[in-house]
Amino acid sequence: MVIRAALAALMLLTTGPAIANDDRPLLLGTTTSVDNSGILKFLMRGFHGDTGIEVRTIVRGTGAILQLGRSGDFDIILVHDEAAERAFVGEGAGATRNLVMTSRFLIVGPAEDPANVRSATDAPTALVRIAAGKHRFISRGDDSGTNTAELRLWSQANIDPRAASGLWYRETGSGMGATLNVASAMTAYVFTESGSWANFSNRGDLEILSIDGPGLRNPYGIIPVNPTRHPHVAADAARRLVDWLTGPAGQTAIAGFRVNGEQPFQPASALPATPANR
Amino acid sequence: METFVTAFSEAGALLVSFDADFLSIVGLSLRVSLTAVAIACLIGFPLGTLISLARFPGRGGAVLLLNTFMGMPPVVVGLIVFLLLSRAGPFGVLGLLFTPTAMIIAQTILVTPIVAALTRQTVEDLWAEYGEHLRSLDAGPLTTLSTLIVDARFSLTTAVLAGFGRAIAEVGAVMIIGGNIEHVTRVMTTAIALETSKGNLSTALGLGIVLLALALAVNAAVQLINGSAARRAALA
Repeated sequence: MVIRAALAALMLLTTGPAIANDDRPLLLGTTTSVDNSGILKFLMRGFHGDTGIEVRTIVRGTGAILQLGRSGDFDIILVHDEAAERAFVGEGAGATRNLVMTSRFLIVGPAEDPANVRSATDAPTALVRIAAGKHRFISRGDDSGTNTAELRLWSQANIDPRAASGLWYRETGSGMGATLNVASAMTAYVFTESGSWANFSNRGDLEILSIDGPGLRNPYGIIPVNPTRHPHVAADAARRLVDWLTGPAGQTAIAGFRVNGEQPFQPASALPATPANR
Repeated sequence: METFVTAFSEAGALLVSFDADFLSIVGLSLRVSLTAVAIACLIGFPLGTLISLARFPGRGGAVLLLNTFMGMPPVVVGLIVFLLLSRAGPFGVLGLLFTPTAMIIAQTILVTPIVAALTRQTVEDLWAEYGEHLRSLDAGPLTTLSTLIVDARFSLTTAVLAGFGRAIAEVGAVMIIGGNIEHVTRVMTTAIALETSKGNLSTALGLGIVLLALALAVNAAVQLINGSAARRAALA
């Protein structure tokens, strides 16, 4: 009797969420850069207006979001680490990866620019100059998409900055905003991204020093969590969000989004249709 | 310095604005923390009293553990509850992660040891004072227990307030468990962390001032109730 009741309760619990898939809000895991810029709120309002689907967003670094996506804690994720995203889909954790938009990575630093980053022709050259002068550089150090992109540029520059960890190279292990606050307080160089920077108010003496260049494009991909692996995910609503963001409504909204007069994000549709952009 | 000045005017503006978003954040903070403290009291009062009066092997160890758990880092509690409630965890099917219920669970775990440990100390001190007397009256365990708790009620409010202070001020657990979702799991402390990360330092500090004011109001209310109750008890 007791066992039967317990079993019934267990069945109720396990089947409950599956039934409620379409009624509950969509859980979206995304990164600080999208959230801090304000574009997330802007896009989700538009999506809600068109479809009536409510989206709840959790904000962490890309590494953490992918990990949570793997365990099925989100219905869908919007992140920016192309290699990791492809691996995520490849191992069966995600259904498909769809390019939504891009922003620009930036090297920001003291206005007087002691390392002369302004005149560098590309990002690795700029990093070589910062390292050569042992100028203070603040890194996320948190496995986020921005952190991964930064480390990729260091390796292109043939420098291992972590050898100087705690000296001129400082890893905050925190989100973009917290890291920018540290850089601002220390008037140090920092690797950031146009979305977060556009909406960051505590700039102090920092300004953008790097120019747009190869390796500085920051692509955001949206990936529904694989419903075959996690049957409890709201797969239909997730699919509709992908269609909306990559369709005309979402792409137009992204192109029209402004922060303090700046346009931090380019819609994917504005990019040349090369295989790398797919 | 300018930040501080702006912060006070922002705090004032927030308080008089009755902005719906702001009020929902304040409301959720109070709802989560007060519920957690209430549940923690239901567990902590009897548990603390039991440990103070019962004599059993390993009691010293239990007291040590209880006192240690008072200092449990919120971020660790958050992580543990997160792992339990994650879809990959044993209670994942409940779908509780990123809900206020999950935040209440985490804060209850944080607050219960504080209430229990302070209750144990209070009741033990009372027992040292009145134990002889109660024994001479041949009072049964139930009478003893209720007499001690009723007598300790004013000191126990300190335990409750300490627990509330812990719950309302912590950010580590609610950030991990709740996820700081706007209109759903955003509370005062996670909102402050968010505004700080956006570099809106004066708004963040303004929210902090409001949070302090809130704690002041709750403490003042308790002190008022306590004071009038104590006067009545003295007259009776």
